[in-house]
Amino acid sequence: MPTTEATTVTIRIPTPLRSATDGASTVEVEGTTVNDALRTLVDRYPELKDNLYNEDDELRQFVNIYVGDDDIRFGDGVETPLEGGDEVSIVPSIAGG
Amino acid sequence: MITTPNVLEAIRQHGADAYPEEGCGFLLGTVTDDGDNRVTTLHRAANRRAENRERRYELTADDYREADAAAHEQELDVVGTYHSHPDHPARPSETDLAEATFPGFTYVIVSIHDGAPEDLTAWSLAPDRSSFQQEDIILPDLKRI
Repeated sequence: MPTTEATTVTIRIPTPLRSATDGASTVEVEGTTVNDALRTLVDRYPELKDNLYNEDDELRQFVNIYVGDDDIRFGDGVETPLEGGDEVSIVPSIAGG
Repeated sequence: MITTPNVLEAIRQHGADAYPEEGCGFLLGTVTDDGDNRVTTLHRAANRRAENRERRYELTADDYREADAAAHEQELDVVGTYHSHPDHPARPSETDLAEATFPGFTYVIVSIHDGAPEDLTAWSLAPDRSSFQQEDIILPDLKRI
């Protein structure tokens, strides 16, 4: 954990996952990177873990993370740094046959 | 899924319009206290697959964000998705299961045969992601189909 002041960010929870967050549509967590914030989130709400992470403990293919309007895949991935007040969104992409 | 005949008709119409390709989009509505999805309107989207759109569909994260914004403008949420199966039964394919996203969404499938809508079904992903379970389609004040 960082030793300097805490960075509090807001994570937006998509509708179908709110049953795992006691109905909350947003959750405030501390974290200096996207990975920090998401790990803190799933520690607090363990039912989220299997929906966000695969068997290799990596974000599932269809799980996209945005910081503000920016997809972290075009930044530093899960190591994308966060600043206090950032809004982190969990956004599914959907496919099938 | 709780919905209205107008929503079901709009899904069928999109499937017919997209034929012979798969049509797809988002279901907007609310979640009841019992955890059921109440679908009040659709958000049509484009099938983003670059090829084989007759057998595959894709909605991107940006599509989801656009639908989410449209939902919020109407004080609704994205509660599911729909897609069509051209000349194929209205039940989830192996690809649908392999690529399924979150349990909690309602997944509607409409079968289109020779350009005309036929069966329409609703499904949810099991919590352990192993299978789809069929949902009743409840039309308040009308019969259950």
